[in-house]
Parts: sequence; structure tokens; C-alpha cells
Amino acid sequence: MRVTIARKSLYVSALLGFFLAVSLAMYSPVEVFAQVDTFAFETDEQQQRFRQLSDELRCPMCQNTSLTGSSGGVAEDLRREVHRMIMEGMTDEEIEQFMFERYGDFIFYKPRLRAETILLWFGPLLFLLIGAWLAFGIFRKAKSVETEAHQLDVGQQERLKQLLEDK
Amino acid sequence: MGKLKFYIPVISFIALAVLMWRGLYLNPKELPSVLIDKQMPAFQRTTVDGQLVSNENLPDQIFLLNVWGSYCLPCLIEHPTLMRLSEEGDIPVVGINYRDRQNLAQEWLLDNGNPFAFSILDEDGRFGIDLGVYGAPETYLVDSNGVIRFRHVSVLDENVWREDFEPAIAELRSREGFDQ
Repeated sequence: MRVTIARKSLYVSALLGFFLAVSLAMYSPVEVFAQVDTFAFETDEQQQRFRQLSDELRCPMCQNTSLTGSSGGVAEDLRREVHRMIMEGMTDEEIEQFMFERYGDFIFYKPRLRAETILLWFGPLLFLLIGAWLAFGIFRKAKSVETEAHQLDVGQQERLKQLLEDK
Repeated sequence: MGKLKFYIPVISFIALAVLMWRGLYLNPKELPSVLIDKQMPAFQRTTVDGQLVSNENLPDQIFLLNVWGSYCLPCLIEHPTLMRLSEEGDIPVVGINYRDRQNLAQEWLLDNGNPFAFSILDEDGRFGIDLGVYGAPETYLVDSNGVIRFRHVSVLDENVWREDFEPAIAELRSREGFDQ
């Protein structure tokens, strides 16, 4: 009995250890790759905004990394600028506009809705509609073919009867 | 109509194939510059030689703005082309010494030769941000009114010069000649 209890608790701790390892593996990359800058903030809200902006702005050099995740030179400079602008009291919109005026749509992971980006935003929906329209057409046609096929004329029915009787 | 319907999949396949084939040869590292057809940003900075310069000091003719650094190996590859341009004297080259150290930049120019009318010192990369620079080397073509007309990212070798810059300069010249 003692043995089973000990074994049970062993299982439980092994299971716990496994979950701990999995959750660590899931969260640690963020910690590992985060850049170590020493920026001072006056309020938690400023720090929060800095984090969010650095996560939502894309490093123009490293292509698919946010400013937070990039060790590139330009990302370092842009993080410094984001910090400066937050400390100068600029709003998120003003900071995003600053970035947009220099680096264009590419700087945003979520590009702005503009004439140039409208296809990017609604292209998938457009393709979905085209696909749905095509699928609808195909199904309708298939259905009409099916019903037509069931309707035999008199001659065909005669022949069918004959064939069945011969069997 | 029935025939046309039959060809729709074939046509859309060919269209998609052409699109993707083209996509294979696009360079995703080459981002379009937002500053095309915009005035060069205002600046007042020191040069690598320690002189104070501003927009006033820019050439009042078509010129190149080349982003370089002593750490930048591709800059050495394009260096002979810049030297040739500077020797010919047709198109002045202004440098931006990007994210570098002044003494290292000075050494680099002494070692390799100096093709630049002057090089704007941008140690912290702040001026680069105003230009939308994301790494050396980059080269901008600026017209005689100080308006940015073209940007090339990465090495400017003789091929790029012939295929991209020469036509762009010819077009600018004909347009500017027309204005006067």
C-alpha cells in the first residue's frame, strides 16, 4: 500500500514536471530572444505602451521580427525613438504616424486600411466569394444532371424492363 | 460559352503560375521607400571631417546619397563604382556615415579612398531613420531641387549603375531640362 502511494505521488510529480517543462518551453523563447535595453519609465502605463508598440512594429531589416525581438541596428534605434516619443508625451497614433512616414506600410504587422492595402485586407474574402460562387454553380449543375439522369423516356424504360427480365 | 467554362481552370492556373513565377524573382529585402518624390529631410550635422553641414551644403544638381559604414563589407564592393563616379565628377556623391564611429570612418576613408563630397556623421542612426534607412549600403538619387527620386538597397555595382541609375538620371535630366 505504501509502495502504491509512493508510486502514485511519483507519477503525479512526474506529470507536474512534464507540464512545467512544456509551459516553460512555450514561454521561454520570448524571454530568451527579448532584447535587453535599459529604458527608464515614469509610469507602468508608459512601459506597457512601449512593450506593445515594440511588439506591433516590424523591424524593417530583419523582415519578420518585431522591434522587440530584433537585435538589428535599426531596430535598436527605433526602440530608442519609441521610448523617446513616449517620454515626450506623444500618443500611440502619433508614434505610429512617425514610423509610417519613414518606413511605410511595411513597419506595421497590421497594415493600415488604405487604397493601397485594400486588396491585402479583403483579397481573401474576395477569393472566398469567388470560390463559393464556383462551388454553388458546380453543385447546382451536378444536381440538375442527377435529376435528368433519373428520367428515362418510354423507349429507355422498355429496354430497362427487357434487360431486367432477361436476367 | 461551354468551351470558355472548360478553359477557366486552365486560364486561372496559368495566371497563378505566372504570378508566382514572378514572385520567385522579387527581392523581399528591397522595400519601397516612402520618401520617393519627397523633399530630403532637413538636417544640421557635422561631417566625418568635423565640419558643420545642413541642406544648404547639398549640391544644387543631381547627386547620389550613399549610406555607408566602416563595418560594412558590401560597401567595399561598391566602393570602386563610387570612386569612378567621383573621379568623373559628373554626379557628386554625398555620404551618410551610418551607425559608425568618427575615427573608424576617417580611417576607412584614408585606407580605401574618399569618393564623397562630404560624409554626414550619423553615429546614432537618427538621421537614417528620417530617411527610412534600414541598413548600409543604400543609395538615393536626389535631384537638383533636393527631392529624392530613387532608392537602391544593397550594393551599387556597375550593373546596377547601368541598369537602374543611368536610365533614372537620363529621365531626370530630360525632365529638368524641360522645366528650364
